[in-house]
Amino acid sequence: MNIILEKKKLSEQVYMMKFSAPLIAEKHKAGQFLIIQLNKDTGERIPLTIADSDKENGTITIIFQTVGKTTMELAELNPNDYIENVIGPLGEPTHISKNGTVVCVGGGIGVAPLHPIIQAFKTAGNKVISIIGARNKDLLILEDEISKWSDEVIICTDDGSAGIKALVTEPLKQLCEQGGIDEAVAIGPPIMMKFCAETTRPFKVKTTVSLNTIMVDGTGMCGGCRVTVGGETKFVCVDGPEFDGHLVDFDNMMLRHKSYTEQEKTAKDKHVCNLDKKIKEIQS
Amino acid sequence: MGNKSSKELLEEIEKSELSVKERLEIPQIEMPCQDPAIRRTNQKEVATGYSETDVKVEAARCLNCKAAPCVKGCPVGINIPGFISKAAEGKFEESLQIIKESSLLPAVCGRVCPQELQCMAYCTVGKKYKDPMKSVAIGRIERFVADYEQSTGKTQVPECAKDSGKKIAIIGSGPASLSAAADLGKLGHKVTIFEAFPKAGGVMLYGIPEFRLPKAIVNAEVETLKKMGINFEFNFLIGRTRTIEDLMKKDGYNAVFIGVGAGLPKFMNLPGENLIGVFSANEYLTRANLMKAYDRGNVDTPIYNSQKVAVIGGGNVAMDAARMALRLGAEEVNIIYRRTRLEMPARAEEVEHAEEEGINFLFLTNPIEIKGDDNGKVNSVVFQKYELGDLDESGRRSPVPIEGETTELEMDTVIMALGNIANPLITKTTPDLEINKRGNIVVDEENRTSVKGVYAGGDIVLGAATVILAMGEGRKAAKTIHKDLGM
Repeated sequence: MNIILEKKKLSEQVYMMKFSAPLIAEKHKAGQFLIIQLNKDTGERIPLTIADSDKENGTITIIFQTVGKTTMELAELNPNDYIENVIGPLGEPTHISKNGTVVCVGGGIGVAPLHPIIQAFKTAGNKVISIIGARNKDLLILEDEISKWSDEVIICTDDGSAGIKALVTEPLKQLCEQGGIDEAVAIGPPIMMKFCAETTRPFKVKTTVSLNTIMVDGTGMCGGCRVTVGGETKFVCVDGPEFDGHLVDFDNMMLRHKSYTEQEKTAKDKHVCNLDKKIKEIQS
Repeated sequence: MGNKSSKELLEEIEKSELSVKERLEIPQIEMPCQDPAIRRTNQKEVATGYSETDVKVEAARCLNCKAAPCVKGCPVGINIPGFISKAAEGKFEESLQIIKESSLLPAVCGRVCPQELQCMAYCTVGKKYKDPMKSVAIGRIERFVADYEQSTGKTQVPECAKDSGKKIAIIGSGPASLSAAADLGKLGHKVTIFEAFPKAGGVMLYGIPEFRLPKAIVNAEVETLKKMGINFEFNFLIGRTRTIEDLMKKDGYNAVFIGVGAGLPKFMNLPGENLIGVFSANEYLTRANLMKAYDRGNVDTPIYNSQKVAVIGGGNVAMDAARMALRLGAEEVNIIYRRTRLEMPARAEEVEHAEEEGINFLFLTNPIEIKGDDNGKVNSVVFQKYELGDLDESGRRSPVPIEGETTELEMDTVIMALGNIANPLITKTTPDLEINKRGNIVVDEENRTSVKGVYAGGDIVLGAATVILAMGEGRKAAKTIHKDLGM
């Protein structure tokens, strides 16, 4: 199980991997995620979003950014390698209904988990307007796939190297002002989701965000993923990962993200250092 | 017989047949332990265990009462005088076989059972001294004979009856599930255990620390099950990866046992509870135990660097979390409990060990607010003082806040060890599965749930309880499953 079938480097730090996981693919619904652990004795458990699933061929596609030791190690795996431990699909699926016009906003690798959600909204008969953003053209992902399932796609880059030079909140605001938007979904860095929620708030457009927090088990047991939503504590792994963006306490969530910054940096630096050593050994 | 070594005591005991009076005069053999100053810096087991001589002397304290009151105190009814008299004779393998008639995890239960509330509470010797802690140290003897078998490497793999042709799914791999699996395997059923983590053992792995229950002991039990032909599916979350309905309708399982434990940690809904540095004991202990975060630099899972720690709660989990924090380098660890020492549910030995290691206890105290700095990190906790009032429904005097009496103490870590509530995942994804208002699964006296072919036991039924109760439930359910399958 979990044998890697395909691997593609999408940009400097972003990788796509397709692996075999028939049971997870069979059950996967838009909005759900996975937890992986590369070594059951020494590895850490990290949540990853699902970019696509293929029930027929029993495969799952993930898109991830190398931000720490585990994602860097994952990126070092190749086709025919196994991902030792994968559990999923976790979390509650997106609530999909025929609602009219839905705006789907994705930033950075947040576009990946947005992909199955766009598919599901479109399949349910909604008009889907997608706004996808990245720092520059090279970091844009899944442009074709998103276009395929959207009625309209607006591309934003920080430097204007693709689409319009704007933050995703700008076209989102324009769409809200024009009216006729029944629902919005925003997935990306926490700060982007926070500002998307702030953008839609005055227009009272229901806005769903998908949170990616620190987790251990992913089944409700540890509570490490907890966030404050509407003044109540919720667990991202079992109550989420999707919540009403207008109720999420993003500031607290962003702080909690930094719980282990020091240790994470040490681990990453050590890993990079070891890699450099290996490369030098091979070269000499 | 005062200050004599167990060797000297044994020589005296072996001279002649002892009278009841003489047996009562044998002092209880202390459990050898690592020195508190040393053990607070390592993860190794605190209690190092009796020697052969120790165990023979301790077993000689048993009066072999005809009525065997101790057995009444054992949730699974182990023939206690039976196994103790074999241990006294040095027939350790026979002794263990007697325990195994009723218990499947003697090495575990010998270590983690609250004996002073169970068998030892009824022991005639303890009654004589009006102190259950002075009873025959039943758990220590049980532990010795179980370890003896493992140390000789002669662990017997139980024989299994011929294939019954029935498939049984067991959800979770804690004590209830392992016990059910063992019994059902022995009866010839094809058993598969589904576990969400990549390792088997449940709370015995992620919850109870190495220093109280070495993981090698749990692993040995799991290996025995594997040798019996029990199949394990890891990284498998029933309710998500597959539902109970799938197991029964698509995958051909004839029965399902739910032994998933009590899954969701309780919090207090305090202001500041989501600051950095506030953890559930589940999270803190899982990071430290299962993910081995104590082995800093060699494993990837990080654990918080703590100096001043407040652990909220008075149960075994609170003791475990506090002692783990100490071992991970905290300068000051405080156990905060809103009642008094008398009402603390933790095992007496764990409380003693915690005290010896230098953990502070703040009784009649509970947090009301957690404060943080600009980075969202905990830097102090406000505590409310309590006094004891009238008896509550649990039969304990209930804590009543003393108005205006609060203190604020500097803390950088708060660990909530308040118990767990039922994880709703399975009940949510299994239509018609009846649950009570606490979310626990409702079963009949024989552990049948409201869904035909589905059984449940352990903490998911009882609420948070003990390893031995869970084990007893698993065995009871196994018996019912076998019966209902028409065997």
